[in-house]
Amino acid sequence: MLLISAIVTGLAVGSMYGLIALGFHVTYVVSNTVNFSQGSSMMLGAVLGYTFAIKLGWPMPLAVAASLLCCAVFGLIVERALVRPFAERGSNGWLMATVAGGIVLDNVVLFTFGKEPRGFPSFLAQKPIELFGTGVFPLQLIIPVVGLLITLALQLAFQRTRLGKALLAVVQNKDAARLMGINVQWAIALSFALSTALAGLAGMLIAPLFSVHSDMGTLFGIKAFAVAILGGITSASGVMLAGLLYGLIEALVTAFAGSTYTQIAAFAVVILALAVMPNGLLGRAATKKV
Amino acid sequence: MPVSTLPQLTRRLLLAAAAATALAAPAMAQDTLKLGLVAAMSGQSAKSGEAIVRGLSIAIDEINAKGGVLGKKVELVVRDDESNPAKGVVAARELVQREKVAGLFGGLDTPVSMAIVPFANQSKVPFMGVWAAGTGITRNGAAENYVFRVSAVDVLVDKALVAYAIKKYGAKKPGMILINNPWGESNEVGLKAALEEAKVPFAGIEKFQDADVDVVPQLTRLKEAGADVLFMVANVAPSSQVVKSLDRMGWDVPIVSHWGPAGGRFSELAGPSGAKVHFIQTFSFAGTLSPKAEEVLAALKKKYPEIKTLADVTPAVGIANAYDAMHLMSLAIAKAGSTEGPKVREAFYAIDKYDGLIKSYTKPFSAENHDALGSDDYIFTYFKDGQILPLTN
Repeated sequence: MLLISAIVTGLAVGSMYGLIALGFHVTYVVSNTVNFSQGSSMMLGAVLGYTFAIKLGWPMPLAVAASLLCCAVFGLIVERALVRPFAERGSNGWLMATVAGGIVLDNVVLFTFGKEPRGFPSFLAQKPIELFGTGVFPLQLIIPVVGLLITLALQLAFQRTRLGKALLAVVQNKDAARLMGINVQWAIALSFALSTALAGLAGMLIAPLFSVHSDMGTLFGIKAFAVAILGGITSASGVMLAGLLYGLIEALVTAFAGSTYTQIAAFAVVILALAVMPNGLLGRAATKKV
Repeated sequence: MPVSTLPQLTRRLLLAAAAATALAAPAMAQDTLKLGLVAAMSGQSAKSGEAIVRGLSIAIDEINAKGGVLGKKVELVVRDDESNPAKGVVAARELVQREKVAGLFGGLDTPVSMAIVPFANQSKVPFMGVWAAGTGITRNGAAENYVFRVSAVDVLVDKALVAYAIKKYGAKKPGMILINNPWGESNEVGLKAALEEAKVPFAGIEKFQDADVDVVPQLTRLKEAGADVLFMVANVAPSSQVVKSLDRMGWDVPIVSHWGPAGGRFSELAGPSGAKVHFIQTFSFAGTLSPKAEEVLAALKKKYPEIKTLADVTPAVGIANAYDAMHLMSLAIAKAGSTEGPKVREAFYAIDKYDGLIKSYTKPFSAENHDALGSDDYIFTYFKDGQILPLTN
C-alpha cells in the first residue's frame, strides 16, 4: 500500500514538473533560450484562475481559457522585453533578466493578490476514489493524462506539421530560416507564449491540491528546470519522462527512507544521472555541422 | 557705547528665549510615557501586528482614562519589522535610543524576538513578548534577564499537546508531522521530552516542506508505524496540506496541533475536515464571556468599527496577550516609580495580583519564571466556518 500510494503521488507531482519543464523545452528548441520565470508563470496561472473562477465567479472553462490567454501574453512580454533585447546582441543577459522578471511578478502579485494563501476548491479534488487500496483524487489521475497528451501533441507537432518544422528550423539557422520565408521573430515569440501557457496550465491543475499564493511557483520552477536538464531539454518525451521519474524518486524516497532525505536523494540522482548521461535521458548531443 | 549695548542685550534675550523654547519642546514630549512595539505590520503576518496594536491600544485607553502611569499618558510607538530579524533589531535600537521608550513589546516571529533579546538585555530595557512562542526568548540564559512574556511557550505547549492527546484520545503511540524549519525542530525536542516524561512511546517523526503538495508518503509511514494520534506543528498553509492528504488517504486520525492553523483561512484551505484539527490557543472571544472579556470586546468594536463579527477578532490570542501584557507593563512601571530598566525589572517580580482578560494573575513573574502564562492557561479550539471556537471538554 505504501508503494502504490507513493507511485500515484509521484506520478501526479512528477507530471506537474514535466508540464513546467516542457515550457523550458519549447523555447529552447526554437531559440536556444529559456524563461527562468517559469515558476512565476505557473503561479500567475493559478492566481488568475482563482481570481476569475472564485472571486469573479466566471464559469470554469472561461476562467481557464482567460488565464491561459493572460499567461501567454505574459510570455510574449517576457520574450519582447527580457529576452529579445539581449539575445539580439548575442548577450546572455536574458538569463538574469528572466529571473528578475519572475521576482518582479511575484512581488506585484504579493501586493495585489495579498500574501495570505487562498484555497482553490475543485470538485475533482474533494472525494477520493479507491485505487489499488489507496485513495486518490480524480485530479491526481487527470494531471498525468493531460501531461502525457500534451507531450504527445508537442512531439507530433514538431515532427509532423509544417509549423513545427518551421519553428525547429529557426534554431538551426536564423538567416536561412528567414530566407525560406519563416517569420523568425514571430516563431520565437510564439514559443514563449506557449511555454508560459503550459506553466499556467500546470498552476491551475495543481492549485486545488495545493493553495494559491504569490511564492507557490518558486520551488516548482527550480525543480522543473532540473527535470528539463535531466530529460535532455531537446526532447519533449524525455522531459516528461524525467518529470515522472523525478516525482517518483521524491515520493519513493520519502515513503521508504523518510522525508529528511528527500531533497538530498532527489538532487543527488539528478547529478548522478547527468554524470552518466551528459545529454539527459533522451536528449541528443548538440552536433555542430560545418 | 550705549547704542550697541541695547541690541546686544536684545540678542542675548532672544538667544535665551530660543534656548528656553528649545528646551521646552522635549520637555513637552516627555509628558507622555513612550512604549515601543516591534512587530510585523506588513507582509504575510501583517494581521498579527494589527491584532497586537489593537490589544495594546485598548489597554492604553483604559490606563490613560485612569490618569496614565507615573502621572503621564502612555503613548505607543509602532515599528514594522517585516518579519525580518535584522530589521527588528534596528527598529528596537531606534525606539530605545531615539524615542527613549521605557519598554518594548514584540511580535509574532520567534526569530525576530530572538534577535532583539540580547539587545534588550544589554541596554537593560524591559522587552515583553506577546506572541512568539520560542522557548529561548524568555529562557535566554542572561544573568540579568529583561525579557518577559504573556503568550504560549513552545516547551509548555508541547507538554499540553501531549497531555491533551492522552486525556482526550487515550494516545498510546502518537506520531509527529512537523514543518522542516527551526520552529518544527524546537517542537520536536519539546514533544520528545514531553512524551518521555509521560512514558508514552512515539510512532515516528516526519518532516515536510512549505511547498509540499502531497504529504501522503510521510503520513503513510506514520500510519504503518501504528500512530493513533498526530501532533502537527506548521503554519496555516502547510497544515492544510496535511489535512487534505489525510482526506485522500481516508485516514481518520485525531490531530492535536500547535497554533499554526489560527494564523489564516484554515477553513477555506483545509476544507470541511479542517474542523477535525484541535489546536492550542491562549484565549478566544467565542462562547460565554467573562465580564472583562465583554468589556474589552465592546471597547474593540467601538474603537475599530470594522470589527463586526468574531471572525474579525480571529485569532484572538494577539489581542488578548497584548492587552494583558500592556497592563502588566504599566503595573510594573507604576510599582517601580520610575522608567529605569533595572527598577522596572525588579517591579515585575513584585506584581502581586492583576485581574486580566485571559485570567486572574497571581505573582505572574518571578526571577525563575518570566512567563505569565503556563500550561494550565492554554485552551483547545477548532475552526468552524472561519471562526475559532473553544472545545468544551
